[in-house]
Amino acid sequence: MSQVFQNIVCKFCGCLCDDITIEVEDARIKKVKKACVSGRGYFLDYDPSDVKPMIDGQEVEWDEAIAAAVDILDRADSPLIYGLSSTSSEGQRKAAKLADRIGATIDSTSSVCHFPTSQAFQAVGEATCTLGEVKDRADLMVFWGCNPMIAHPRHFARYSANAKGMLTKNGRKDRTVVVVDVRPTKTSKLADHFLQIKPGTDYEVMTTLRALIHGKKIGKGVEGVDMQQVEQLADLMKSCRYGVTFFGMGLTMSPGRAYNIAELFTLVAELNKFTRFSAMPMRGHGNVAGADQVLAWLSGYPTAVSMACGVPKMGPGEFTSVDMLANKEADAALIIASNPAAHFPQAAVKHLKSIPSIHIAPAGECLPDIANVILPTACCGIDAPGTAYRMDNVPLRLQTVMPNIRPTDEEILSRIIKAVKQ
Amino acid sequence: MIGIKGGTVYDPLKGVEGHVQDLWIKNGKVVSPEDVDKNAAQIIDASGKIIMPGGVDIHSHIAGAKVNSGRKLCPEDSLRLLRPREKNARSGSGYTVPSTHLTGYLYSEMGYTTVMEAAAAPLVARHTHEELEDIPNLDKGIFITMGNNHFIMKCIRDGEYNKARDYVGWLIKATKGFAIKIVNPGGLENWKYGKNVHSLDDEVIGFGVTPRQILTTLGKINQELKLPHPIHVHGLALGRTGNVDTTIETMALMDEFNAHFCHVQFMGYDGQYGKFPRSGAQKLARFINERSGITVDVGQIIFGPATTMTSDGPAQFSLHSKVGGKWVNDDLESESGGGIVPLTFKCNNPLHGIMWLTGLETFLLVDDPWKVYLTTDHPNAGPFLGYPEVIRLLMDKEYRNQEFEKLHPKAKKNALLPALEREYTLDEIAIITRSGPAQRLGLKNKGHLGMGADADITIYSPKNNKEEMFAHPAWVIKDGEVVVIDGKMVLEQPGRTLYANPKYDSAIEDDIRAHFAESYTIAFDNYPIQTEHIGLCEKIDCE
Repeated sequence: MSQVFQNIVCKFCGCLCDDITIEVEDARIKKVKKACVSGRGYFLDYDPSDVKPMIDGQEVEWDEAIAAAVDILDRADSPLIYGLSSTSSEGQRKAAKLADRIGATIDSTSSVCHFPTSQAFQAVGEATCTLGEVKDRADLMVFWGCNPMIAHPRHFARYSANAKGMLTKNGRKDRTVVVVDVRPTKTSKLADHFLQIKPGTDYEVMTTLRALIHGKKIGKGVEGVDMQQVEQLADLMKSCRYGVTFFGMGLTMSPGRAYNIAELFTLVAELNKFTRFSAMPMRGHGNVAGADQVLAWLSGYPTAVSMACGVPKMGPGEFTSVDMLANKEADAALIIASNPAAHFPQAAVKHLKSIPSIHIAPAGECLPDIANVILPTACCGIDAPGTAYRMDNVPLRLQTVMPNIRPTDEEILSRIIKAVKQ
Repeated sequence: MIGIKGGTVYDPLKGVEGHVQDLWIKNGKVVSPEDVDKNAAQIIDASGKIIMPGGVDIHSHIAGAKVNSGRKLCPEDSLRLLRPREKNARSGSGYTVPSTHLTGYLYSEMGYTTVMEAAAAPLVARHTHEELEDIPNLDKGIFITMGNNHFIMKCIRDGEYNKARDYVGWLIKATKGFAIKIVNPGGLENWKYGKNVHSLDDEVIGFGVTPRQILTTLGKINQELKLPHPIHVHGLALGRTGNVDTTIETMALMDEFNAHFCHVQFMGYDGQYGKFPRSGAQKLARFINERSGITVDVGQIIFGPATTMTSDGPAQFSLHSKVGGKWVNDDLESESGGGIVPLTFKCNNPLHGIMWLTGLETFLLVDDPWKVYLTTDHPNAGPFLGYPEVIRLLMDKEYRNQEFEKLHPKAKKNALLPALEREYTLDEIAIITRSGPAQRLGLKNKGHLGMGADADITIYSPKNNKEEMFAHPAWVIKDGEVVVIDGKMVLEQPGRTLYANPKYDSAIEDDIRAHFAESYTIAFDNYPIQTEHIGLCEKIDCE
């Protein structure tokens, strides 16, 4: 007997497409409709079966594993809680509660993707909108340092370039698409205009655009960048009805980082003197936006928050996980629903392997070669419920398509909170 | 079980003005003495103390997308107030935009037990609910913004009133909202084209409807759905010189719907557009005194830091254009929008002085305290932590005159305030801070201490300095439990989210489903919020 579920949310990436059809048979997902290739894999590969927790590679019972996790946290002077981007906001709230209770540093994967965006937000603010406004109104979209055709495959169809909305009834024909990047990409091939710039010149190009929209004359321009194209982009930006700039890690993680984003936000804010314009970060993991939200409402800060002094403190370069690890500041780690080994520099991973650590993640994603205690969970959005925030911060309820056999992140964290020393 | 003995009770809804009276509490409710086993009850000796129902805030911004953007925007605000974790309490940060638990603690320690979140767009109400669940020791409710809603504007355009009414019923239910909120009707939609509305008869681009139509339609719907709170209006032209005339015109329009007008200080400036304003409090108060239906909350300026945040996107852009600095704007599909600008109100700034005067004069010139409520439109005109200061300004003319002297000469020139002799009584303070708002919100078990009332009670130690008195109550009782002693929280417990449950014709859902397919980026089925996902909650029936 198969069971069909409609309008299921795919939590794979920050698009949180909520129109997925899932067919379940014999407690496995058999068919997935409407999802992109990443989403299909996320659902079809999911195995909900009972998996035992582990301590140092040996399977143990749950009570023993939780006790070992609690013991690691109790012994630590400077524990680090990291990850959060693929768990529910309910799980994230529990993680923040635990951090507060034990005086840990808590940090999400934003730390290595859009933390510069948060820092720019703190500095200048941001004019933004929901994806529905993009769909309804945007006649100009500028994709800067991002490649949605690979990272967010349904973005064009559901929300942006190809979507049909209130003022864009003809979809793609009613819109101008510009890509700014350092090399041609799958996305740039679909653009009306591709502005290829030299690596490291993003900030200069944006400053030039700011000058141009204010009618200033530019002398020499930016080295290696076609100034005619920049001028054309400035004209497009000033003359559109509703423009949107999407940006990715090409901007946040290239030289300039937060300064790049602050310059972009300033450009976008200034464009609102002439027309309407918004900016939006292309958030990667399904609930990474939620991690920023939850940490902000519980501590006042979105990322890299230390509770070690009893009050929340934010410290980029200090409480960011890579720095906590590479500087050997953390003496224990609790990793939740993410894979630091895939993204961190070697020095950080090396220290992580050398300290006692716990990994809470869906069974298939656990890292026994890194963590001492493995707590395999159900997966929120498949067999565990919860809430997740889309890249535009619209919250969505994650439904379940099968009962969970393994415990949820929330349940495990609750047990740990109950048992740890304050 | 608790007995509170020998206190002097102020319970305006029950006509009790400063009588010594014992109170008995059982199962979270106020009960009669014979219902309590007096030997088993905890006795609080309240002799010499002042007892009032728990404070009720009718308009504050404490949770949700905008508030949290404010937290993210202002790390500097976190440094203004840091609270260390304690054995049974969470750490927190923020003065104008405190983190969630801290918000609950600070309100509770000020004697408040119920606070309304004054604006959430339906699409992100789920976020607001998540935060409300993390705000302890307070009962809460959400006002849902509808003044720029595409479905409603289409219904008005097509003359389909019943459809609009059933949609609103559905929307309140789907979002687990408490009341209908209108913010700058039509203005937010026009802002999406870089424009605004300036009069009741301006056209909303793309819909051909007017602010007047939106206001009266929602006013009528509010009455027909029998929602507990009347229509809650933030009108046109917020912050503009001369807006007092637009505000009075809007009040006249909405009088028949018994509307509540929020933060009228921001809507009450007299003078010519573009010129330096005067306080329009006299005009406002004259109108309010003459009309029976209209009530207002003030949105009093507190000198010091503020974080302005409103769904009124065009107003925030205009403010940003004037003051510069950080600015957030967020346009929300088919529904709403909003903006944030951090600001510091200074007593030596002439404009800020006029704003401060407009608020205080409104309090003092509106004769009937049941028509005017204490708010700072937190955190727009300043944080809620400023309430005790406002109470002192209202109760103590000498102090008020001292503070007036600090204003800029340009603000002081021709000001009415020094001539106003009125000093609020304790009974009047009880009205504007709890009984009035509770009654206006339709919360039958709150704002009074009669039999069956929620045992939300604040006990103050009388002091000459009313600011000190109201900032640090001796005891606060929430749902029958002592949560604060000597101004310090001793117990954290979850509060309830109050949501309205209007009746509507569910046949409307087919139309709404079609509207979603066309206009939204999320599925109709994923939009409604279930009660099991909003924590402790209480249904308020509409009858």
